[in-house]
Amino acid sequence: MVLPDFSIALPEIFLACVAMALLMVGAFRGNKSTSLISWLSVLAFIFAGFLVQFEGHATVTTFGGLYRDDNFAVFMKTLCLGASAFAIIMSIDFNKREKLVRFEFPILIVIATLGMMVMISANDLMTMYLGIELMSLSLYVTAAFKRDSVRSTEAGLKYFVLGALSSGMLLYGVSLIYGFSGTTNFDVLRDTFMSGEAEAGVGLLIGLVFLIAGLAFKVSAVPFHMWAPDVYEGVPTPVTAFFAAAPKVAAIALFLRVFVTPFGDLVDQWQQIIVFVSIASMILGAFAAINQKNIKRLMAYSSIGHIGYALVGLAAGTEEGVRGVLIYMAIYVVMNIGTFACILSMRQRDGMVEDISELAGLSKTRPWMAFFLLLFMFSLAGIPPLAGFFGKFYIFVAAVNAGLVPLAVVGLVTSVVGAYYYLRIVKIMYFDDAAEGFEPVSRTQTIIMTASGLFVAFFVIFPAPLLEGAEAAAAVLFP
Amino acid sequence: MEIGLAHYLTVSAILLTLGIFGIFLNRKNVIVILMSVELMLLAVNINLVAFSAYLGNLVGQVFALFILTVAAGEAAIGLAILVVYFRNRGTIAVEDIHHMKG
Repeated sequence: MVLPDFSIALPEIFLACVAMALLMVGAFRGNKSTSLISWLSVLAFIFAGFLVQFEGHATVTTFGGLYRDDNFAVFMKTLCLGASAFAIIMSIDFNKREKLVRFEFPILIVIATLGMMVMISANDLMTMYLGIELMSLSLYVTAAFKRDSVRSTEAGLKYFVLGALSSGMLLYGVSLIYGFSGTTNFDVLRDTFMSGEAEAGVGLLIGLVFLIAGLAFKVSAVPFHMWAPDVYEGVPTPVTAFFAAAPKVAAIALFLRVFVTPFGDLVDQWQQIIVFVSIASMILGAFAAINQKNIKRLMAYSSIGHIGYALVGLAAGTEEGVRGVLIYMAIYVVMNIGTFACILSMRQRDGMVEDISELAGLSKTRPWMAFFLLLFMFSLAGIPPLAGFFGKFYIFVAAVNAGLVPLAVVGLVTSVVGAYYYLRIVKIMYFDDAAEGFEPVSRTQTIIMTASGLFVAFFVIFPAPLLEGAEAAAAVLFP
Repeated sequence: MEIGLAHYLTVSAILLTLGIFGIFLNRKNVIVILMSVELMLLAVNINLVAFSAYLGNLVGQVFALFILTVAAGEAAIGLAILVVYFRNRGTIAVEDIHHMKG
C-alpha cells in the first residue's frame, strides 16, 4: 500500500494537533490558562503561516486528488491565518474585562481556521463540504459563546438554523452535480467540460444554482444575507471581528476555486447569477446601512456591500478579475481588523457601548483613535489615496475589460451612496459636541490600530508585494 | 412498474422541499426546525446513494457516510445551542426569537 503525501497538508495537520494539545492544556489547567492558550494559538498560527510559505509553490495534489496546494492556496491561507491571529489577540483583553475568560474560545478559532484551510485547499466537492462544516460548526459555537446573554445565544441559534439550511442546499447542489457528471473531483469535472464530453444539462445547472446559493449564504451575499446583521449585532464584539474577516476570505476563496476551476468553461451559465447577486449585495449594502444606529450592525451591512464588490471580480471571470478579488479581500481584511480594534475600544466607565452616537466628539476626547477610525472609514468608502480605493479600482477595471460596464457603473454609484454613512461617522466624530469620553485604549488595540492604519495609508507607496502575490495566486487558476 | 432513478430523485426532491418549508413555515417550535434540517440532509443522502447505484461508482456512498457523520455533529451542536437559549429565555417558540430587528 502506498501512503499519500502527507507533507502537502502539513500546516493543517500541525494545526489539528495543536488544537488537540491546547484542549488538553485547557482541560487540565482550566480557565486560568486562557491567556497562555491564546498566545500559544497565535504562535501556532504564525508557525503554520511559515509552513504554508515554505511548502513550495508548485501545484500539487495528494490524498488521491482530494487535496491540493498551489500559489492560490498559499495566498488565501496566509490571509486567513493572519486574520484569525489578530482576532485572537483582539479578544484577549476584551474577554478579560467582560468576564468571558474561557479557554475554549481560542481553540474554537484554531479549529475554525483549520476548516478554512481545508476549504481553500479543497480539490473535490467532498473535501469542500468537510472544510465548510468544520468551519461552520466551530463558528456556531463561537457565536453562542456568551452563554448567559440572550442576544448572543439568539444570534447563535439564528446562525445555526440558517447555516444548516445553507449546508443542506449546498449539499443538494453537490449531489446533483455528482449525479449528472459522475464525479466530484474538480480536475476531472474541468476536463469533462473542457473536452465537451458532458453537456451542461438542466440537472447540472440546477445543481450549480444550489451550490451558488449555499456558498452565497456563507459569504452573506444578497439574497442570502438575512443572518448577517442579527448575528453581527448579537455576538460578542471580538467574535464579530472574527466573523467579518477570516470566514469571508475562506468562502470567497472557495467561490473562486469552484467557479474558475471546475466550472470555468460554463462561465456563460453562471455569470448572470453572480452578476445579479453582486448587484443586489452592493445596493443593499449601500442603502440598508444608512439608517443603522448600532455600529456592529452597520459593519454587517458594510460587509455585505464589500462582498458584492468582490463578486464583481468573479463575475468578470478573467484572471484580472480574480487578481482584483484577491487584492480586494486582503485590503478588506486589514480595514476590518483596524475598524474592529476601534470598535473594541468603545468602552465607557460602565461598560461597552455600540451606538454610533457615542462616538460624538471623539476627536476631542481621543484624537488618535478618532484619526485612525477616520482613516478606516475613508478607506472603506474607497477614497483615494487610501488602500480601499485601490481594491475597488482593480475590480472595476477588470469588470470593464471583461465587458461588464453596467456592473462597474452600479458599483461606482453604490460606493458613492455608501460613502454617505461612512462619512456620517466621521462627521459625528469631528463636528458633534463631545459625549462622555471613552476609557483609555489598551496597548494591544493601539498597536493593531496603528499597524492597520499604516497599511491603509501607505499601501499606495508599497503596493508591490501584495500585487505580486495576488498575481501569482490568480495565475494558477488559469493554467 | 420498475422503480428507476427518476423515482428516487422525485422522492428526494419532495423531502428537500418539505425540509425547506418546514424551516420557513413553522412558527411553533425550534425542535421542528432541527428535524427539518435532518430531513434535508437525508434527502441529499437518498440522492447520492441513488446516483451512486445508477452510475456504478462508489463516491456517492462514501459521501453519504460523511454526511451522516457531520449531520450527527451538527444536531449535537444545534441542540446544545438550543439548551443554552432556553436557559436564558425560558421558551423555544420560533415567534419569540425576535430580540434583534432592523
